[in-house]
Amino acid sequence: MHFIKGRNVIHDFADTDENEQERVVRAIAGIDLDVKEGDFVAILGHNGSGKSTLARHLNALLKPTSGTLWVDGMNTAEEENKWKIRKGTGMVFQNPDNQIIANVVEEEVAFGPENIGVPTEEIWKRVEHALEAVGMMAYRYHSPNRLSGGQKQRIAIAGIVAMRPKCIVLDEPTAMLDPTGRREVLQTIRSLNQQEHVTVILITHHMDEVLYADQVFVMDDGKIVMQGTPKEVFSDVEQLKSYGLDVPQVTELAYELEQCGFPIKKGILRIEELEEELAALYQSGFRIPKSK
Amino acid sequence: MKNITIGQYYPTDSVIHRLDPRVKLFGTIVFLVSLFLTDHYLGYAVITVCLAAVLKLSKVPFKMLLKGLRGILILLLFSVVFNIFLVPGRELVHIWFLSITAEGIRRAIFLGIRLVYLVIGTSLMTLTTTPTDLADGLEKALRPLNKLHIPVHDITMMMSIALRFIPILMEETDKIMMAQKARGADFETGGLLKRAKALIPLFVPLFVSAIRRAIDLANAMETRCYQGGEGRTKMHPLCYQKRDKRTYCIYAGYLIAIFGINRILVAFQILPFLFA
Amino acid sequence: MAIELQHVSYTYSQDTVYEMHALEDVNLKIGDNECIGIIGHTGSGKSTLIQHMNGLVKATEGAILYNGKNIYDSDFALPSLRRRVGLVFQYPEYQLFESDVFSDVCFGPKNLGLSEDEIRARAKKALEQVGIPESLYDKSPFLLSGGQKRRVAIAGVLAMEPEILILDEPTAGLDPRGRDAILTLIRDLYEKRKITVIFVSHSMEDVARYVERLIVLDHGHVIYDDVPKAVFAHYKELEQIGLRAPQITYAIDRLQAYGLRTSQIVTTVAEAKNAVLEWFAQ
Repeated sequence: MHFIKGRNVIHDFADTDENEQERVVRAIAGIDLDVKEGDFVAILGHNGSGKSTLARHLNALLKPTSGTLWVDGMNTAEEENKWKIRKGTGMVFQNPDNQIIANVVEEEVAFGPENIGVPTEEIWKRVEHALEAVGMMAYRYHSPNRLSGGQKQRIAIAGIVAMRPKCIVLDEPTAMLDPTGRREVLQTIRSLNQQEHVTVILITHHMDEVLYADQVFVMDDGKIVMQGTPKEVFSDVEQLKSYGLDVPQVTELAYELEQCGFPIKKGILRIEELEEELAALYQSGFRIPKSK
Repeated sequence: MKNITIGQYYPTDSVIHRLDPRVKLFGTIVFLVSLFLTDHYLGYAVITVCLAAVLKLSKVPFKMLLKGLRGILILLLFSVVFNIFLVPGRELVHIWFLSITAEGIRRAIFLGIRLVYLVIGTSLMTLTTTPTDLADGLEKALRPLNKLHIPVHDITMMMSIALRFIPILMEETDKIMMAQKARGADFETGGLLKRAKALIPLFVPLFVSAIRRAIDLANAMETRCYQGGEGRTKMHPLCYQKRDKRTYCIYAGYLIAIFGINRILVAFQILPFLFA
Repeated sequence: MAIELQHVSYTYSQDTVYEMHALEDVNLKIGDNECIGIIGHTGSGKSTLIQHMNGLVKATEGAILYNGKNIYDSDFALPSLRRRVGLVFQYPEYQLFESDVFSDVCFGPKNLGLSEDEIRARAKKALEQVGIPESLYDKSPFLLSGGQKRRVAIAGVLAMEPEILILDEPTAGLDPRGRDAILTLIRDLYEKRKITVIFVSHSMEDVARYVERLIVLDHGHVIYDDVPKAVFAHYKELEQIGLRAPQITYAIDRLQAYGLRTSQIVTTVAEAKNAVLEWFAQ
C-alpha cells in the first residue's frame, strides 16, 4: 500500500508571459508517483521544473487539472478530504520568516494543534515533544525573530511535527540557509524519518541533500525523468547535468576517471567510497599509459 | 520609531506580567477613565501613587517608560504651551499680546500629566503583556461583539500577525534603502515633491515583498489547517485566577476612591480655596 | 585605484546591552583588477565589511582610504565613492521597482546626473553584459524568471560603471544552472571589463574555482587573506571556525595514504583528475 499514489497527474495554470499574453503553462505534465510509507524521498530538479507545484499537490494546496493523486488513500481532488489530508501531511516552505505566525516559539509550535482542536493538555505534551524532536527546547519562550534561519526552519518543522503527521513535505527548506543552517535542518529531517518514522518528501536542488534518501525522483519540464536510489540516479552524471543539476565532486571525479578508461564502479557518492575504490584499483596493479 | 514603547514587550516575571490580559485591558480602561475624571491635585496625587505602585510591581525599568515619552515630546510641549497662553482667565503675566493665566497654567499642568500618564499607563500594559496574550485577551473580552457579526477572532489574528511582521518589514525597509542608496538614490535632500518621489524605489519593492510574504503566510496557515476561530483550542486558554478576581476588587476600590475624592472636594468646595 | 581599510572596527548598538563587535581591527588593501572571494560563518561580519567599502556604513574606529584620501573626511564626496564602488545586495531582485527592465537599469546612471544618451548607452551596455536580450527591455521585471531578475538587478549596479563591483552572496537561492551563469558573469567582468570584483560566498567549491584571492572572516577578524590554495591548506583551522575546504580536497588528501603525491593542495575536480592520472601513470 503506497502512502502517496499519483496516476497521470497533470497541472495547468494560466499565466501571463513576457509579452503580457495569457497562456496556459503545463507545470506538471503527466506524473506517476508512488511513495511508500516511512520512506525518505527526495525530489530533485532545477528551478521551474515543476517540483514545487508537485509538492503543493501533496497536501491539497493545489488540485490536479487531470489525473488523480491519492494521499493516504484519499483523493486530493475531493473537497471533503482537504483538511484530513493536511492534518496527515504537513508542509514546510522555503522562506523561514514567512511561515511563522506566532510571536513566541512554543505558541508557534502550538498553532497547528490548536487549529485541529487538540485539547489543551495534549497540546502541551505535543509541543514539548516536537521541540525536543527538533532540538529547540531551550528556545521555547523565545521570540522567533532573533533566531537563525536554521533554527527558524526547525521551529517550522516542529510546528508540523506537533500535528502528528504521517508525512512531511519540505519545499526547498534549505535554499535560503547558510551551510550550518542546512546541516541542522537536514539532520532534523533525517532523525524525524528514522526515529519518528515520518514519511519525508524533500524537494531540493542541492545534490548533497539527497544522499540519504531511499528514493530519488528527478524532475524536468514537469515530468519525472529519472528515479531510483541515489546510487542509481547518480550513476548517470551526463544525464543529471543535462537537467541542470550538479553532482558531488567525488562523483564527478569518478565519472571523469571512468571516461579515461578507469574500471571504476558507477554512482560513487561519498569520499570513503572513492577512497576505497581507487585504493583497491591501485593495489590491484591497474595502470594507465604515461602519455595520458 | 524606535522610541515608541507602546506595543513593545518587556520580558520578565512579575505579578503584573502574570495577570490575565483581560484584567490588564480593563485596568487600563479604568485608569484612563480615572485620569479624565480627575480635575485637581489631590486626585492626581492618588493616581500617581497607584501608578508608581503598579510600575514597581511590574519590574519594568522606569528608564524604558521615559524613552517611550520621547515619542510624544513634541505633542506634549505643543499642547502645554497652547494651554498656558490661550486659556482665558485671571491674568498673571502679560508678554506683548500673550497672557499667561492661572487657569491656563493649571490646565496645562493637568493636560501634561494626563498625556504623560496616558502613555505610561498604556505602555505598561503592552510592556507586561505578550502580543499573543493581548490578542487573546481582546478576542475573549470582545467576544460579545461576534453577535453583531464583527469578526473579532479575525481582527485579533491580524493584529498579532501584524505585530510579528512589523520588525521584519522594518529591517527590510532598511535593507532596501541601503540597496537603493548604493545605486545613487538620495532620500535626504531636495524639496517635498522630490523626496516623495525618491520614496518610490523604496515603497514599490517593500509593497511587493509584503504581498509575497502575505501569500506565503496564507499558504503556511492553510497547510496547518487554519480555518478561522471556529473549533480552535488553545495552548494557553484564558481563565481567571484568584489574583485576577482580587485585582478586579482593587479596581472597584480605586474607582470609588477617585470618585469619592472628587465628590468630597467638590462638596467641601475646597477647590476655590486652593486657587483663591 | 585602491581602497584601503586601516584598523577598521565596527560596533553595533554601542553602549547598549545589544552591543556587538561586527568588525575588529580589519586591515585590507584592494587594488585594480582583482577577483576576490570573502568567506565566513553567518555573523562573521562579511556583510558589514562590504557595506563599509562604499561608505554605506561608517566605521566606529579606523579609516578607509580611497586612492589615499580618507572617505570620512568632511570634504570627501561620498556619492562619488558609491559610483566607483558598486554594491549588489543579497537577493537584489527584491529591489527592482520600475515598470520595465530598461528603466530599472537606468535608475543608477540617472542618479549620477548623466545625459539622457549616456544613461541609455550605459543601461544597454550593462544589460548586454549580463546577457539580457533586447526583447526583454520593455517587459516588467516582475514577469522575468528568478535568474533573469537577478541579472537585471546586477545590471542596475553595473550601469553605474563601477571600478569595483561587490556582490553579497550573488548565488543565494539559485539552482546550479543559475549559479554557474552568475559566477561566469562575475568572472567575465573581471577578465573582460578589467574591474575588481569581490563576492561573498558560502560555497568553498565555488570560491576555489572562481577567485584569485580569498579573505576569510571570523568574529569580525580577517584571519586569512591569500590565494585560495594557501587558505585551503589550513583546512583543519577552517573547520574549527565552521568552514571547510572543497570536498575534493579531502578526497585527494585521503588518497595520499596510498601513494598519491601532489605538488600542491588540490581544490578543483580538474586538478584532482590530473593528480590521480599521474598517480596511476606507469
